[in-house]
Parts: sequence; structure tokens; C-alpha cells
Amino acid sequence: MAKDLLSRSEQPKPIIVSLISSTYDAGAFFDEMFEPGGKTVRPHYRRLAERLTTLPEADFNHRRAAVDLAFLRRGVTFTVYNDSEGTERIFPFDLIPRIIPGKEWAKLEAGLIQRITALNLFLHDLYHEQKILKDKIIPAALILGAKHFRREFMNFNVPRDIYVHICGTDLIRDHAGNYLVLEDNLRCPSGASYMLENRVAMRRAFPNLFASYGVRPVETYGESLLKSLLHLAPDRTEKPNVVLLTPGVYNSAYFEHTFLARQMGIPIVEGRDLVVQGKKVFMRTTAGLVQVDVIYRRIDDDFLDPTVFRPDSMLGVPGLVGAYRAGHVALANSIGTGVADDKVIYAFVPKIIKYYLGEEPLLANVNTYLASEALDRKFILENIAKLVVKSANEAGGYGMLIGPASTKAECESFRTQVAANPRNFIAQDPIALSRSPTYCDGELQGRHIDLRPYILYGKKVTVTPGGLTRVALRKGSLVVNSSQGGGSKDTWVLQGDE
Amino acid sequence: MPATKLPPSRPQTNVMLSRVAHSLYWMSRYIERAENIARLLEVNLQLLLDFQGLDEAHRKEHWDSIILSTGEEKLFEEHYKIADSRTVTEFLAFDLRNPGSILACVFSARENARMIRDQISAEMWETLNELHLYLKSQNTTDVWAAGPHEFFSRIKQASHLFQGLTGATYSRSEGWEFIEFGKYLERADKTTRILDVKYHILLPNASDVGGAVDTAQWQAVLRSASALEAYRRAHVSAILPWKAAEFLIFSDSFPRSLHYCVVQIEEFLRRILGETAARPKSDAARAARRLLADLQSLTITDVIDEGLHEFLQEIQTTLDKIGDEVVQITMFYPAESSTEEQQQQQQQ
Repeated sequence: MAKDLLSRSEQPKPIIVSLISSTYDAGAFFDEMFEPGGKTVRPHYRRLAERLTTLPEADFNHRRAAVDLAFLRRGVTFTVYNDSEGTERIFPFDLIPRIIPGKEWAKLEAGLIQRITALNLFLHDLYHEQKILKDKIIPAALILGAKHFRREFMNFNVPRDIYVHICGTDLIRDHAGNYLVLEDNLRCPSGASYMLENRVAMRRAFPNLFASYGVRPVETYGESLLKSLLHLAPDRTEKPNVVLLTPGVYNSAYFEHTFLARQMGIPIVEGRDLVVQGKKVFMRTTAGLVQVDVIYRRIDDDFLDPTVFRPDSMLGVPGLVGAYRAGHVALANSIGTGVADDKVIYAFVPKIIKYYLGEEPLLANVNTYLASEALDRKFILENIAKLVVKSANEAGGYGMLIGPASTKAECESFRTQVAANPRNFIAQDPIALSRSPTYCDGELQGRHIDLRPYILYGKKVTVTPGGLTRVALRKGSLVVNSSQGGGSKDTWVLQGDE
Repeated sequence: MPATKLPPSRPQTNVMLSRVAHSLYWMSRYIERAENIARLLEVNLQLLLDFQGLDEAHRKEHWDSIILSTGEEKLFEEHYKIADSRTVTEFLAFDLRNPGSILACVFSARENARMIRDQISAEMWETLNELHLYLKSQNTTDVWAAGPHEFFSRIKQASHLFQGLTGATYSRSEGWEFIEFGKYLERADKTTRILDVKYHILLPNASDVGGAVDTAQWQAVLRSASALEAYRRAHVSAILPWKAAEFLIFSDSFPRSLHYCVVQIEEFLRRILGETAARPKSDAARAARRLLADLQSLTITDVIDEGLHEFLQEIQTTLDKIGDEVVQITMFYPAESSTEEQQQQQQQ
């Protein structure tokens, strides 16, 4: 039977997966696994569908439980805020992978490389000649008023001219299956550890499926990351010391910090482990002070150095910025990159790509309205209930209004905020995010997903084939953030196309 | 920037953060502590079952002595009215208000391990994490209903597994020295306390010495230190009170005897502090060497003449001082970073 289904010459027969009730509803959305109508499986999902057909539900549940238990035992958790017990939870994991054919990925990869290349050129320009402002491609006021623009770093040359070394770009698919960029995360993007842990979990749950499918490995991420970091090291020594700077054990992403440090075999440090003397950074070891060359920092700019940024910060290292400026230590990502992942600047990225590279963007943006522009503002204020409104500088799904899903009072409240502080808001057409079959309530049901691939900029730009697919587990929900009921899936990029 | 107080220099191949060393040390101490308390509690719960005939006063005396030996009698009195098997178990096993309870120790061991998750092997971490998950799912009532044996053996097994895995998966580096130093320091301290229980229980009336109760109690002391079988192999005859004490203090081969532990402490302390000269530079190394000399030259008669309790107390004080000084020399820190701020960091 399996052979028949695989042969390309024959018309594919519709498959009904046993775990999917015959009433699986693909809805009016783009479904990753099913053709419209919800009966025919897309070619690159066919082998998975076959496996699921032969897999008794009890067996499936057994694997699911085993995976959850493994996550818990290994401490693959995140900390939930606003929870008095400081509970650690596992990031809910769904066993149905998201599968991307090789050809489709090649396009994504090219688009992501184009984007990060342009954004780096943009950052370099902003902190030097500001040609793009002088040419009036972007209104200067938008940059100079941006929260994350660090004027202290004007005319500063970052090591190797790279601003963003680690980038996590959020992608979504619209109702027709087109990939769109939702946002760029250019400061401290998180989640790469889950990409890697999810793969480990899937390999254990479905070892044979991997062998037959030809899934491209993600396990190279740690090594590539370390290479990108080493690329930045000042020429002090042949064996540079690279460290990961964490806010500490109570940070929600602490698991990820220790995970990545372990993958790279580098020490994880807190601010109090570091000290600056003579514009050089040292770590306090049992054998005295040891110089540090590269810092992969998972702390925001504001907290890095109390003598330059927030004076009340206890997380940072006094004098760190001075050492950075003197070229004795490299930071990844650089300071001031947040100006380019601002949600207002986002709207200009297609223009930025054209301006610096002379190319058409390979990946489109979501149609965006700027509250700072008079015409757009009028449109937003009049149509707020039909739009998604976002505050420019928030992350994690906070400070956001989904008009169609909100009450009148909530819309009103945002309308007032937008009118009062237009620079701080944008609005977008609501996108009917694509859906993937996800195991909920004992059967597979369609749930909305997004995708965060990880792009590393070292000697060259590499995109890890895969990424973190986040899924909104609540029925109908569009919010995929882990803090708000999101889970994740393993992301398979295939060598071939099926 | 004020000058940083530096530890004595030592030839260095691998770099270890002071904070990491600190966490390894405490992780190791806490798991050893949890195990010892589990054994102490289990043995004494059993012991009382063997002596159903004991009157109220004796029972109370017995449990009081256990609390006294842990040094937390004030804390206990604050929260509990009487010392009986139930309250003492609650206090020593589950009460998070008692920083020395099994639960608190396992939580601390696990929290220290979590901080340095990148530095220890996956096997070590998973063992502590699993024990932590198990404990979170337990409470006194359930443990009592099921019989506490299962509970205590889980703790002991996890500790043994952890120490075995550490030996099998952790590199013999500086971190190893801190782990071993912490383990033996804690073990030595606990052995003094286990011995001291007997002192508190009763200074035997002349007529009781060597009697059934006395022998059973010494047996319990030996069992509390997992030493009964080892003792029997060393002394084929019946359990003689001072022989038991002698064994736990002076044995040079039993890995829980004070002597054995102090040999290890002295060795790892010298390595950590880079004390290579014949005459040590630090007070800690001097104190360790003096203690070792005592344990290698005194006899049980000397100990009895001085008084067992006084002898043990003095050793506890010395061990505390040694631990504190090593921490101070190798770990110098400014203020703690604030928890709230760590949490505030927005995640992209």
C-alpha cells in the first residue's frame, strides 16, 4: 500500500489519517498538511501521514507522554512570571512536525540572508553617515526619536562591521501560503535551544521516520554560533575566551542560556562574575582574573553597564561599554541594534533592502500602517477594530491589540493611546496565519503556527535549516508566545521536496 | 574599581569561575546532607519500633536528642510543641522553614546545580532534578501512610547515584576538587553529629552499659552511618560501645569515619588552595593538618578522657572554620544581583 501512495506517476489517493477525525476541518486557512478541503495530504507530508495511519492512538499517546517526561526530567523548562511559586514549566510540545520542502526552504533562506545583509548595512549607515536619512528614504525624526537608537555609538566601528550576529526572524504564512516577515528580532532573540531540544525529542519518538525522510540536521547550530562569536575576537591571543552573559538563574530563559553555553563549551557568566580593569574585561576565577575576549550577551542594552545606561542596574558590568569602545572586547549582538527591529522601522525594511542592495525583497512584509504618518493614522483610528495594533517596542506578544478579537472598550483604549503617542504604534492587516494539524483533545485539529528561523552572521551568513515553529494551542488563538498559551513543534527542512 | 582580593596563584589549565566553584561545593554538600538526614531519621524511626516498651519520657528524650544533634533545637521549638516521631519527621524531612530539612537540602542542591547546569554532566543534573520532582510530589501524610522506608531509600539512592555518576562523568578538574571537598566536609560533620546523638540519648547508667538497650542504640548509631556491616567485618565480636565509637572516629578505611573524611578534606583543601609547601600558608590548611594529626595520633581512651561530646563539638567547630575560610579565599563577590531585575529582562 505504501508504495502506491509514494509513486509519483499515479494520482495521489486521498488519505484519511486515523488520528484525524474524518471531520478534520482545514477551515478557511492555509493548512500546512492538507490541500484545501482537508482530505488530500500534501506531497511532503505523505510519509508522515502514512506513519500516523499505522500508529495506534494509544501508542501515539505513549510517545507523547514519554517526550513530556523527558523534557521535565532534563529540565527543559521556562520560568513563568507573575506566578508566586516561580514555577518552571515545560514548553508544551506537539508531536506533529512542521515540514518544509527543500525548494521552499531555499527561497526562504535567500530571503533571510538578503534581509539580514541589508539590515546590517542599514545599521552601519545609521551609526555613521546616515545617508538613508539624508536621502529621505526614512524620516530622520523616526530614527532620532527611537527608543533603541544609541547616539553614544555614532561613528563607532563595531568589530568586523557586523552589528547583528544572531537574528531570529519571525515568519508567518497567509491564507494563500505566502511567507511573510512578521518581525525581526535583532537584540537577543531566544528559542534556539528549543529548536535543538525539539529535534532530540522527535528523534526519540519517531526514529525510523527520520531515516526515511531525509531531514536536514539542525545540530550544527551550536558550532556555527561559536564560530560566529570567535570571528569577532580581538587579535590578543590565539585562544580567545568567549563567554555567555546571562541575567541570572531567575531569568525565564536561563535554561536556554545554560543550554547554549553547554553546546559551545563556553562559561556562562553573570555581571558579578566580570570586572573591568584598564578597559579590559576579566572574569573572576578561583585562580584570579582571566581576560574575556567575546561576550555573547543575553542582557538588553539598558542593563549592560550601569555607568552608561541604567545606573540602577545590578545585572551589568561597570565599565563594560568603555572596554567595548576601546576594542578590547566584542559584544554579540552589538549595542544599538534595537533601532532596526523597532516595529516602525520594520515597515521600511523593503525600502531598506532596495536602497542598499538594489534588489527587490525576496520576502514580503505584512501590510503595515504607520500611526506617525497622517494618512495612515487617520485610517488606523477609523478602522481600529479591523486591524492588529502593536506598540513599537514591546516583545513577547505584549502591548498588542487584535481588533477583530477585542471588545469595544479595548479598541477604544488603544485608539486613545495611538492618538496620544503615534510614534509608538503601528497597525497591520490581520493575517489568517496558516494552520498545522496539532494533537488537541484526543484528535488532530488545525492550530495556527509561525516560524522563527535563526540566522547567524559570522564570516558568512548561515541560516540553520529549520527553526522554532510555535503553535497557538488555544482554539482559534493567533498568539503563539510561550507566555500566552503557545507551544512548539519540530521543524523539518527536507533534503528533497517530499 | 577597588582592587579584587585574589586567591593564591596556582598553575592553571582550566579556568573556573569562583561562583561556579561555590555552587559545585554547595551542591555537593547539600546532597550529602540530605542523605545523612534521611539515614538518621530512618534508623531512629526503626529503632523506636524495636523498643515498644519505652515510656513517654524516654521516647521524648530520644527525639529531643536527635533534634539537638542537628543543632536546630531553637527552630524546632519555635514551630512545634513536642518532639515525637511525627513532628521530628515533619521537621527534618519536609519543613522548608528548616534550612536543614531533606526537602530544603534537595531544593538547594538542585538550585545550585541549575545555576551551573552548563558545568555538570547531563546525568548529574537529571539525577538531582528527578529527585526534586519526586519530592515535590510527596508529603508527610502520604509518606507516613506508605511507610517511610520507600521515601528514605529514594533519597539515599539518589544521593549514591549522584555521587557515583559524578565520579563516572565529571572530569578530574578543579571543579572535582570542590565537589569532593564539600562532600567530605559535610560527611565528617554529619558523622560527628550521628555519634553525638548517642551522647544526648543517655549517658548510660553503669548498669546499662553493654545491656540490650545500649547495644541496640550503638547498633543504630552504626547504621545511621551505614557502618554496621563494615564494623562487623572489622570486629567480629559483639558490638562494644567504645569499639563502635572508635570505628566511626578512627577507622582508616571506612569512607564515613572521621579520620577517612579528614584525610580527604586535607588533601583536596591543599589542592584547592595550592598549598604545596611543608608548612601551610593558610589557617584552613593548618587547621586541617592539625585535625588530621589528632585523628592519627589520639586513641579512643584519650577521647573518653576528654569527653566524647566535647571532642566532637571541637571537631565540628574546626570543620566549620575550614569550610568558611576556603569559601572566603577562593570566592570574592560584590552584592547579589536582584531577582526582579533578572526576570524583567524582556525576551525577544
